[in-house]
Amino acid sequence: MKPFDYQRAERLEHAGQLVADSGAMAIAGGTNLLDLMKLQVETPATLVDLGALPLDTIAEADGGLRIGALVTNTLTAADARIRGEYPLLARAILAGATQQLRNKATTGGNLCQRTRCYYFTNIDQPCNKRDPGSGCGAIKGIARLHAILGTSDQCIATYPGDMAVAMCALDATVEIAGGDGSTRSVPVRDFHLLPGDTPQRENVLEDGDIITAVLLPPPVSGQQIYRKVRERSSYAFAMCSVAAIVDQADGTITRADLAFGGLAHKPWHDPRIGELLVGAKPSLTLFDKAADLLLENAQGYGENDYKIPLARRALAAALCDATGLTA
Amino acid sequence: MTALFKHDKPDNRNVLDHTAQGIIGQPLTRPEGILKVTGNATYAAEYAFDECLEGVLVTAPFAKGQVNSIDEKSVSSMPGVIKVITDKRLTARAAQGTANEAPKQNVCEVHYWGQPIALVVAETFEQARDAAKHLKFDYTEDTDAIFDPEAADSETEDGATQQGDLAHAMKQADASVDLHYSTEGHASAAMEPHASIAQWDGDTLTVHASLQMLNYNITELADAMGLKEGKVRLLSPFVGGGFGSKLGVSQDVVAASVAAMELGRPVRVVMSRQQVFQTIMRRSETTQRLRLAADADGKLTGFGHEALVSNLPNEEFAEPVTQSSEFLYGGENRVLQIEVARINRMTAGSVRAPGEAVGMPALEAAMDELAEKAGIDPVELRLRNIPEVHPSEGTPFSSRKLAECLKEGAAKFGWDSGPRTPRMQREGEWWIGTGVASAARVHNVGEAKARVTLQADGTALVQTDMTDIGTGTYAILGQIAGEMLGMSRDDVLVELGDTKHPRGPGSGGSWGAASSGSAVFVACEAIAEEIASLLGAAKDDLTLKDGIASWGGQTRPVTEILDGKAITKIGHYEPGDTEDDYAASSYGAFFAEVAVNQWTGETRVRRMTGAFGIGRVLNEKTARSQCLGGMVWCIGSALTESLLFDPVDGHLVNCDLAEYHVPVHRDVPDMDVILVEERDGAASPIQAKGVGELGMCGGAGAIANAIYNACGARLHDFPMTPDRVLAAMPAD
Repeated sequence: MKPFDYQRAERLEHAGQLVADSGAMAIAGGTNLLDLMKLQVETPATLVDLGALPLDTIAEADGGLRIGALVTNTLTAADARIRGEYPLLARAILAGATQQLRNKATTGGNLCQRTRCYYFTNIDQPCNKRDPGSGCGAIKGIARLHAILGTSDQCIATYPGDMAVAMCALDATVEIAGGDGSTRSVPVRDFHLLPGDTPQRENVLEDGDIITAVLLPPPVSGQQIYRKVRERSSYAFAMCSVAAIVDQADGTITRADLAFGGLAHKPWHDPRIGELLVGAKPSLTLFDKAADLLLENAQGYGENDYKIPLARRALAAALCDATGLTA
Repeated sequence: MTALFKHDKPDNRNVLDHTAQGIIGQPLTRPEGILKVTGNATYAAEYAFDECLEGVLVTAPFAKGQVNSIDEKSVSSMPGVIKVITDKRLTARAAQGTANEAPKQNVCEVHYWGQPIALVVAETFEQARDAAKHLKFDYTEDTDAIFDPEAADSETEDGATQQGDLAHAMKQADASVDLHYSTEGHASAAMEPHASIAQWDGDTLTVHASLQMLNYNITELADAMGLKEGKVRLLSPFVGGGFGSKLGVSQDVVAASVAAMELGRPVRVVMSRQQVFQTIMRRSETTQRLRLAADADGKLTGFGHEALVSNLPNEEFAEPVTQSSEFLYGGENRVLQIEVARINRMTAGSVRAPGEAVGMPALEAAMDELAEKAGIDPVELRLRNIPEVHPSEGTPFSSRKLAECLKEGAAKFGWDSGPRTPRMQREGEWWIGTGVASAARVHNVGEAKARVTLQADGTALVQTDMTDIGTGTYAILGQIAGEMLGMSRDDVLVELGDTKHPRGPGSGGSWGAASSGSAVFVACEAIAEEIASLLGAAKDDLTLKDGIASWGGQTRPVTEILDGKAITKIGHYEPGDTEDDYAASSYGAFFAEVAVNQWTGETRVRRMTGAFGIGRVLNEKTARSQCLGGMVWCIGSALTESLLFDPVDGHLVNCDLAEYHVPVHRDVPDMDVILVEERDGAASPIQAKGVGELGMCGGAGAIANAIYNACGARLHDFPMTPDRVLAAMPAD
């Protein structure tokens, strides 16, 4: 581990100034960053601890909820309002990591977690995300965990989280304080980026930006399903996950907000799927058409080819679950 | 002073059935358990020595080639850096189990990705780790590294069995299967990483390390260091899991020793989790061919089991895939053979139950397919094929409870011996199915000594270099001594893991209990004999219980007999002719119920029953825990565990516990263990056999068979991950 300085931010503006310095990184729960520092994947000169900032509460706001950036995953998943009105979010969080990690992991940190690509976490391997221009070890290597949607020839890593997939389906918004004192809001659906030619850039945050909260829109009616497919039943990243909010009236789908994890460099949302489903009657044929849209441009890299049929089946399973259709 | 027991004939006296204390076999809690769960058991890396320096291994980022030079100056000005050790004595690999000589040295010659090439020593761990990452070295990478066992040159292991005409038997069979299986590499994944602290006082090298077999390790270390064995002391009183990965002296031990001798200060070397995965033993991946031929009654007439495994050049170890296949089932026409491919992956060596762990699941899955073809219930098929004598050697079996385990296990599990058509049971979106497999693991013993002292105050002290790697050695040795000397186990102090004590074979191959346990037994018999002679009593007439000696109608407190003196005996157990005269093995049976998701192919084990015959049970609680642990490994090897190697440069990619998937608590369901009553006098004079590995020898096959019974997916590749299950799932 490279030696580093440690500073504790007392106020938000102060935090913004500190993290704007070159070589500075913000730390909250540290569940991902500390591991990466030990592996020398991240080598910040300064850690700016956000832990003292007053961003650790869940409050009602605009008919929805405002989850402070420092609220832990455990508290979010246990919150009665979240469990009652946004069960999708509670389930997604509980599907991720372990209890010990969730006790430390925060809302803002979880959004910013890095890929678990084996080549990214091994500094003796090429990785365009860690070391731009060095190449991608995964494309010709072990790509079992990797993306099938929105990849580039620079990077096929996945965004590994679960929480953000649920937030993406819920159409939540990330609230960001800029280093210049400004505040802006970015939909979760637009927060993460595809790798393109700049896989080192994973989200829209700029130097000095600090996530302050995630805003959940007012609750909606319907079934909320989070289905995560994995080899073992806990402490494993998704081979594929589906977040679905589906409502029906008189046997017709009236709402269908879906997002997918484990398939891309970001939580995947394709508005065409909702458009296809809304107004239609649930059927396996319909769900298959939804999968056709989802997987229209899917590309496997050998090791992860399985994700293409798996995503199709996971989508059908989630929609059966949500609509009550039995296969 | 030393009492020798040479095991030339079965010891069927069953002495421990006639002693009076009544603690042998009892489910007593391990005496060191509280220390462990409260963090007060001191593990190798945890000793606080003044002036201790920290060493971090530098590893090769290429799989084959030569390190030409190491630029010590590239880090020498970094904070805290003391020295870069590039000594010729550094070891490139860990020693194989019972190697008894230095493992490969000359670290400049690189044969696998991640091989240690140097040690950076600094004042603090963080400084050493940072410097290790920055150390510059010049190397030449060879272009002819080979990572694919199928593409590499291979050689046939000695000891292959060729008997009769298997091809003909296959042609003549009423039912037969000819199947190919694969298993992926496994890691031991012990919780405690490999770690050492070495101290050099100018004369003697003392090393606290995490090792399983000190008697061999001391020789390996002395040989590597060029020291006389008498100038080396090894201590491993607590070992946080080994599973074979700590059988031989590992690279940290030698590196810490070299540094301590060179720098004159204690040096600690702790491997990172990634280094443990990348530089310590792997279990070889295997490809296997199973040929089974049966007559109309389901009796095997032909039995073929061939395997391709791999290892580095010049490593003697070859995963003994067919070890229990040699004798588990009959069939007069036999082919059993192992080929070893030479490839550039880290050393292949012993990982819990080498051989059976991967050979038995394949065999047991093939038996399931044969049962289906023959139209015979799979439990019944196994019962029909238990041979009279060793099928190729003709030797008699010692005690064998395979049939009892199959029957008792089936009864407890509620095995349905009716027709076994897949997809007969469903709950929601889950297909439910059951499967069975036999368990077998060869029984091993090794020469062992232990010192037992009956103290003047009536308590006892047991001393041996034997280790407790979480298995329960402290518990059972105390129980054997307490039972034999007539006292509660709390009155027996057991000291382990120190080479200054009498030596035993250590922990490995499930042989610790039967070997060192027998040495303690032999010492105690000699002590009892001396008490009898002090009393003028016949040995067989003497009873020791709760500190009181009884003989010929008289009683007297043992402390009174001792009259202020202690009695010390060294028990010496030496394996003898019984090893050759009998085929000794532990047996059992697994029954598993699984649920397979119709959408995703995810498989979850819902319940499991294991019935095991392990000879005399020394402690029902620790024996049961061993079996449970083995069954958890069955779940891992059936469903999730797999070492993934990069096809381009051969490095191990999933080198931590987040990505190498051992089962988590939620994957482990209700598990039931039946210990079938048994005494095996050919196995040991305490009639006990090995138990540490048996619990994982075949159970993955029961899970595979249950997957088929649940959903109709017949897989031949372990682990059976959701993608593989889906690919094999019949169309809806």
